Formats: sequence, structure tokens, C-alpha cells
Amino acid sequence: MAEGVAIKHEASQAALQHHFENMEQQREASALGMWVFLVTELMFFGGMFLAYTLYRTKFPAAFASASNHLDLTLGMVNTIVLILSSFTMALAVYSSQVGKRRNQIVCLVLTIVLGLTFLGIKAVEYYDKYEDHLIPGQLIPGRPFKPEVQEPGTPYDKHKLHLLPGATLKNVEMFFWIYFAMTGMHALHMIIGVGVLSVILFFSWRGRYGPEYHNPVEISGLYWHFVDIIWIFLFPLLYLLGRHLEHM
Amino acid sequence: MKAFETFETPAAARVNYINAQYGLKSWLLTKDHKRIALLYLGSISFFFLVGGVYAMLIRLELLTPQGDLLSSATYNKVFTQHGIIMIFFFLIPSIPATLGNFLVPMMIGAKDLAFPRINLLSWYIYLLGGIVTIYALLAGGVDTGWTFYVPYSTTFSNSYVIAAGLGIFISGFSSILTGLNFIVTIHTMRAPGMTWFRLPLFIWAHYATSLVMILGTPVVAITILLLAFERLTHVGIFDPANGGDPVLFQHLFWFYSHPAVYIMVLPSMGVVSELIANFSRKNIFGYRFVAFSSLAIAVFGFLVWGHHLFVASQSVYAGMVFSFLSFAVAIPSAIKVFNWTATLYKGSISYDTPMLYALGFIGLFTVGGMTGLFLASLAIDVHVSDTYFIVAHFHYIMVGGALFGYLGGLHYWWPKISGRMYPEGWGRFSALVIFVGFNLTFLPQFVAGYLGMPRRYHAYPPEFQVFNVLSSAGASILGFGLLIPAIYLVWSMRYGKHAEANPWHLPGLEWRTASPPPTENFLTTPIVTWEAYEFAPPEEMQVIGKMREEAVSSEQ
Repeated sequence: MAEGVAIKHEASQAALQHHFENMEQQREASALGMWVFLVTELMFFGGMFLAYTLYRTKFPAAFASASNHLDLTLGMVNTIVLILSSFTMALAVYSSQVGKRRNQIVCLVLTIVLGLTFLGIKAVEYYDKYEDHLIPGQLIPGRPFKPEVQEPGTPYDKHKLHLLPGATLKNVEMFFWIYFAMTGMHALHMIIGVGVLSVILFFSWRGRYGPEYHNPVEISGLYWHFVDIIWIFLFPLLYLLGRHLEHM
Repeated sequence: MKAFETFETPAAARVNYINAQYGLKSWLLTKDHKRIALLYLGSISFFFLVGGVYAMLIRLELLTPQGDLLSSATYNKVFTQHGIIMIFFFLIPSIPATLGNFLVPMMIGAKDLAFPRINLLSWYIYLLGGIVTIYALLAGGVDTGWTFYVPYSTTFSNSYVIAAGLGIFISGFSSILTGLNFIVTIHTMRAPGMTWFRLPLFIWAHYATSLVMILGTPVVAITILLLAFERLTHVGIFDPANGGDPVLFQHLFWFYSHPAVYIMVLPSMGVVSELIANFSRKNIFGYRFVAFSSLAIAVFGFLVWGHHLFVASQSVYAGMVFSFLSFAVAIPSAIKVFNWTATLYKGSISYDTPMLYALGFIGLFTVGGMTGLFLASLAIDVHVSDTYFIVAHFHYIMVGGALFGYLGGLHYWWPKISGRMYPEGWGRFSALVIFVGFNLTFLPQFVAGYLGMPRRYHAYPPEFQVFNVLSSAGASILGFGLLIPAIYLVWSMRYGKHAEANPWHLPGLEWRTASPPPTENFLTTPIVTWEAYEFAPPEEMQVIGKMREEAVSSEQ
């Protein structure tokens, strides 16, 4: 009872919305809200992870063949870029907590630049797939799925698909469908993340966030790390698993 | 009788949430959870009417064994659209988005939901999804059944599958946002003294419902998205031509759509717990069991989807596990039914309209639940799969359960929502008509289905006609019964008797503020010093109230 009376409506706090009792409650609500949202996101990606697991078990050779065709270097660079961006994001949150405005802005800019780098590299990868006729079905009209298959004994050509024994083109197409669905959905989340961070950057340039009030920075950080973690799972599943089968 | 202390202002010209602001803009841009609840109430009533018209078309067609009123292609569209509209645009948002939206903050003593803007956004998303779906219906309709099974939906159907799917995909986000808002609000916005075990059971039910909403809905969202892309590009992961597995679609679809049944019925159970305790004027029997059984239903509900695949090439061992788990989910439901019955025992029961709906719910839900156990048994399910037995079973849960709870709750909280009383005599009369009409509609379908009448056909062998005539007659009584509250509730908004703050004389927090409530629900933050459903003698309550006042004034 005493607790209830002691809590005063801190109307003086400009950032406090009218329906919250105090800043602490508001901060707790927004953080919990973001966590609950991320649970939803996890289930959203979960459906695709399930499909991936099912078909990888069903068609291991086709999935390994298709996976080997992906560009490991670009995938690796992108992984590093994304981990770095998570690091700068964490620094941005820290700087806003301790009230270092300049560091906060620098870190946010770095995060956005790294995010855009990731998206740029992803676009290069997509274009390579387009060049090699690997876009599944009629996704791009007039450019059906029709990769060239490397004949055994011919010199290695990185634009040709090296099919392992037991792999069929139809099942390879299935891999690329899942690849585009998962990385495409991930890229969409990255684009939204860059948008959110740009808004955060604008307000932090205006000096809105400091030790008193920084939950928007914090929860955008949570979102950014989540999108990062999705990639941390996508990278080994799509690029690495089955790579050792190349030389069998 | 002033049995319970209130936090309301004196009855002088009061500003409440309805008359605080006027004009269309003040409604369309409102962030007040109570106004948003009314926006939802209007829109789901509209969709209920649309779905009802389709139901009437179905019952008219089935009056005679020949397929004479509708062609088979049209009939396919009619039952599909009946299902889509009723499930995604009426039943799923019905209680959470209207009563839940209105009451969750009030019952826990908060000024609003944690995210008012997201709450308004959810209504606009719902509306957008509804408009896209209505477009699909007007442009030519959709004929896949509400289940969208592949490969029919991806490859062979010539109807507006993508538009209808998109509508459902969009409206799914509104239910995710509602669930998210409830979970955060219940965790962080409870008034001082409102501990978890003082929460009304309505809140526990909505917490469990919200868990299902946030965990299940995204899965059906991605499934429908993949389906739409597959239909668009003629290649995808469900396509057998690529080695894809159509059963994967059924798994993903039912992973949401079975728990979705609990999205519909759990809030209803929450309403019924309130009604049974309050209209027996007794503390609920086994509060914690009823509270935790809601969570148990939400958790178990995620583990039983495979019972929709007993005849869909699922392995027999998986079938056995899912059969066992489906039986297990009956336990928490039975706990609720037994505890409600025990609450009635030696209660001082009053048969007001809401209580009639609650008692109806217990009976009908029991029938629906017990026939669900028939369907969870592997062998019987093979016999009655895709017959009218299934149709009757799920209508007992969705109409007899979810709709009865919704109507009961709407009557019970109508004085709080509108500030007016509904006409009690008409209320009881229509509750009775609805109960009779409902049973006449769906009881014969159990028999017809058990005898082998398949669902989803517009023509049937003449020996089933007697059941279908009974059913269609029942449907017209049901339709008539539903018209009565639609008329008198609207009538009462203008001509009804003014409601007091606490017309039922109950201890719940929502009854301790004015009817209709002020915009911020309570003028001062309430301090909760009582248990849920604490029916103490009035003298004792007055003493407690005085003690509280003294404590407050001495601390200020």
C-alpha cells in the first residue's frame, strides 16, 4: 500500500507518456515489448528453418551441391561485417547510457554503414545467382531456373553447378527457393533495421537520448542483435554444411 | 447497497471516455483503449453479419438434397468464405479485441494498455486485412476451404487465393500486436497491490490467449506468405514436382490453426469464470487451478496439431503421440468445468442474461469437448473424418463456446461500456432462443455426420434430408435470436436506463469506477487490498474501506 502512495506521477519528465506511472515502468514495458516481439519474429523464421531442416534431411546431396555453389568468401565477409555492426550497436547503447553523445552518434553511423555494406554485398551475391540462372521458377519473368551443370572431367568453372551423386536439379531449385526466402526475409529485416536506426540517429543528433531516457536506443539495439543472430544461424546452414562433400 | 468501496467521482456532470471528445477524428485517431475496443466492436459485428449471411446461404442450399440453389463451384466459395470471415475476422478478434481491449487495463487498475499507439495500429491493420479479404470476395471469391490446403490452393484453384491469403496475413499482425500489448500490460502495469494471484481469471485467460497469439500467428503468417509466392511463381517448397511435401503445409498450418481454437475459446472461458463466480456471489472454487489451467491449455494446445493429420499420411506412431496429447489437453478444460460446477454449489445464483449464457457455455462446451475426444481417438477419427460430425463438433466449441462467452460478456459489461442497462427481459428471452436455435442447428449434424454425410458438398443422398431440414430450421431460429440483442443493444445506447457504477454489486476493479469510465479509467491510481471475487458481508467491507482511507490519509 505504501508503495502505491509513494509513486508520484512524474509529469515533469517530458519523455514520460501519460499512462505510465514513472520512467522505470515505461522502460520496463518497452523492453519487455521488444522481447515479446522478438519471440514472434523467432517463430516467423522458425517456419522456414523447419522447412530447411526437413528438405536438407530429405535431399542431402542436392543441398550440399547447391550450398557449395554459394560464394563462401562473400558470406564470410558479410558475417564479419554483421558481427562488427552488432559491436558498434552495443557501443551506441552504452554511450547513450553514460551520456556520451558524440560517441553515440559515431557508433550509430558506423552501425548503419556496416548494415548497408552487408546489404550491398548481399545484392552482389544475388546478382551472381541471377547471372548463373539460379533464381528459382519464374521469380524473375523471362529468366527461369536453368543453371549450367558441370560435366565430370571438364575443367572447373565457378559459374557451373557441380552436382554431387544423387542430386537432382529440381531439388537444387528447392534449395535456392529456401535460400532466397530465408536470406530475403533476413535482408528485409536488415532494411527495416537500417530505417529504424536512421530515425534513432536523427533523434540522437537532436540530443534526445541520455542517461535519463534511452530505451528507444536500447530496444532498437535488441532488434539489431536479433537480426544479426538470425544470420549467425543462416550462414553455417546455407553456406557451410556439406562443404566437405565437395571433393568426394 | 454500497457494499464495495469505489474510486469514482461524485455523480456531478461527469466527463467520461465517450463524451470527452466529439467528432469522427477523435474516434479514428484515438489512443484510448476503450474507444479502440468500440471501433473493434463495430468492425467485428460487420464481419459477423457477412459471415452470417454466408451461413444462411449454406443452410438454404442444404435444405434439399439436390444442389439446386447454388452451383457446386459457388457453394465451395460460400463455405470457404463463411469460414475465413468467421474465424479470422470475427472469432479470433472477438473477445480479446473488444472486451479484452476494454477491460484488461481496467481490471488491473491501469490507465491504458502499455502501447496505445500500437493498439490503434492493430485496429487499422485489422481493417486493412479485412478490406483486402472483402476485395477477394467481391472480385470472385476463394474456394479452397478456409484451410488453404496445397497443392489445390497453389496450383489448381482458379479463385482469388493470394488476395484472401494476403488479407489473413495482414490481419494476423493485428492479433500479434494485441497479444503483445496484453502480455506487456499485464506484466508491467498492474496497480499497487494487484498481485498475480489477485488478478481476475479473465486476465489469466487473456494472458494465456496472448501467448498463443504471439507464438502461433507468425507461423501461419510465413506459411501463407510461402504459399502465395508458390502460387505466384509456380515453384516452391510445397510443390511435389520439386520434391516438396504438401503435408509440410498441413503441419505448419495446423501448428497455428489448432492453437487458434484456443485463441477463440480461452477468452470465453475467462468471461465464464467471471460470470460464474460473480453471479453465484462466491469466490471461484480452486482459483489457482482455473488460472493455471488456462496456461496449461495454451501450452498443451501447441502439441496437438497432428490430430488434424490422422488421415494425411502421418506416421502411425506420430498419430498415437498426438492422440495421447489431445486427450491430455482435455484435462485442464475439464478442471475448469468441474471448478465452475463446484463454484455454483451453494452459491446464491441469479439468472440474469449473462449467467444464462455462462450456464449455456458450460453445457455446450462440454458436448463440444467430449466429441473432441471422439475425434482424438485414432480409429473413430478415420470413420468421421470430413463428415458433419466434425462440423458439429467445432461449431459446438466455436459457437456454443466462443460465441456464448462473447455474448455473455457483452451483456455483463454492457452497463460499463455504454453506461446504459440492456432490457433484462429481452436479454433472457433471446439467450433462450439462441440456445434452442443453436442446439437444433448442430445436434442433428452429429447424427448425420456419424451416419456418413460428408462435409463441403452442396448435394447429398435424400436419407439425410431430415437432419438437414432440422438443422436449417434451427439456423433460422438462431439467426432470429441473434437479431434481438443486435437490436436492443443498439436501442439501449440511447433509450436504456442509466447504469450505476456497480449495477451488479461486485468487487472487481472495473466496477469501482464510473459507468462509463473516465478517459484514464480511474481518477486516482487504485490500491488493491482485496482478493479477486472477495464477497465479504457489506459491513465488513465498510470497515475495511475506512481502514484504508485512514491509512492513505495518514501517509499523505
